[in-house]
Amino acid sequence: MRLSSYRRALQGIAWREILRFLSQRERFFAALVRPLVWLFIFAAGFRATLGVSIIPPYATYITYDEYVVPGLIGMIQLFNGMQSSLSMVYDREMGSMRVLMTTPLPRWYLLLSRLMASVLVSTIQVYTFLIIVYFYHIPIPLVGHIAVLPALLLSGTMFGALGLLLSSSIRQLENFAGIMNFVIFPMFFASSALYPLWKIRETSPLLYEICRFNPFSWAVELVRFSLYLQWNPIALGIVLGCTVLFFGMAVVAYDPSFGIQSRRGAPGSN
Amino acid sequence: MKSIDGRAKVSPAFAGDAALEVSHVSFAYGAKKVLRDVSFTVPRGRITFLLGPNGAGKTTLFSLITRLFDATEGRISILGRDVRNTGHKALAPLGVVFQQPTLDLDLTVRQNLAYYGALRGLGRAEIRERTSRCLAELDMAERIDEVVRTLNGGHRRRVEIARALLHRPTLLILDEPTVGLDPDTRQAIVRRMHELARMEGAAMLWASHLVDEPETNDGLLVLSSGRLVASGPVGEVVEQEGAVYLAEAYTRLVRRSGSP
Repeated sequence: MRLSSYRRALQGIAWREILRFLSQRERFFAALVRPLVWLFIFAAGFRATLGVSIIPPYATYITYDEYVVPGLIGMIQLFNGMQSSLSMVYDREMGSMRVLMTTPLPRWYLLLSRLMASVLVSTIQVYTFLIIVYFYHIPIPLVGHIAVLPALLLSGTMFGALGLLLSSSIRQLENFAGIMNFVIFPMFFASSALYPLWKIRETSPLLYEICRFNPFSWAVELVRFSLYLQWNPIALGIVLGCTVLFFGMAVVAYDPSFGIQSRRGAPGSN
Repeated sequence: MKSIDGRAKVSPAFAGDAALEVSHVSFAYGAKKVLRDVSFTVPRGRITFLLGPNGAGKTTLFSLITRLFDATEGRISILGRDVRNTGHKALAPLGVVFQQPTLDLDLTVRQNLAYYGALRGLGRAEIRERTSRCLAELDMAERIDEVVRTLNGGHRRRVEIARALLHRPTLLILDEPTVGLDPDTRQAIVRRMHELARMEGAAMLWASHLVDEPETNDGLLVLSSGRLVASGPVGEVVEQEGAVYLAEAYTRLVRRSGSP
């Protein structure tokens, strides 16, 4: 296959993902409603009682709703990563992953293309959220909206790779809900998304350590620093490392026959 | 005379070149052996039917050919290239119609084919042109902008076949493509595929458990309990079994092999 074949396959996969996303409008609104409920209700409620002291990357005291925006961006990306893996399990059960897997391109490249397509969708969701945040008068630098793009692509890829890894270990669609509960909620709550880590350390050193080991915290911090035009090499290194690790493990673990074998025994199968 | 892709029709001399060679292939799911020392070739220019009861190992064999799994023993080659050693590149000349429906229900026929064309490295203009031709060949041209979810089973099957033909495969693998279709639609698809095999010179391996689908001159493989119990032209297999019809010969072969 020539290089153009690789490019066309990637374009085709991304285009299909966007078409599917557009045809499922409820998915788009659900992805937005979740962080907006947190922002407009949860964060607004805490706004009066909680302020956040001057910690990097912030140069002044900030309100709680400003603090929580990067965490909510992480929430969108985390849910999208899991949604994407759910759709991969569904595709595998329905057989459409087989169409992808019989393409004469390396399996890792096909999985990476699928991953990049889902990152593209989550980036569209994040920017829609940021537009609403802008009109909600949360003072994020305008240039920060552009500077955050590489961080969004990287963190989105990490969550997508994690989702892919999870989908590789799931034999049937029915098993997915449990895994979601064991992954999404602990990752989101045991992180710096909702509270600064130094506040967590004051109340529970153990939880603080858990939050520090949570890749979600580092993805949120990478996004937070990028939004405010600051550099966080540790967060970048950890998110990059986790992305490579999760994706590598997912490619090794991916078995397109899971769905096929789970169907064995159904009428007509042999 | 031109075929669906504008190529000249295949001369009779073309038929007979092996597009697929399966040599001493065995496979097991854990301790359960599902294929035992299976060997055959699939020539170009005609359909080779793979008949066998449920559980015979047909779908497993197709999974090995399409590299969903690798055979534990034996060798599979497509156009002379070993699929295990050549890896994904060996799949380039292959078109597949899966037993399970694999179309994206929320997309239109055109979008489904465009997606597949992109996966196969085709350019936009090429996809447009081939989509029109392939759909026209299967009498589906007027449904090009319909969402797949709104199509009936027969039409969806035709779209899957059109999709598999989009990149002009040399070897077409069809895993029970007519299951669940009404007799008229089934006959129409069987007839059309015979025409395509002759016109395109493509090799077709067609798994089925419906004995009325093969024609006398088609190739026949009978798989039962993971073993190949007969192979050759349909007419010869029927004659060797001392039967009048394929159904009779098939029943004898399967019973003799110990399959229920």
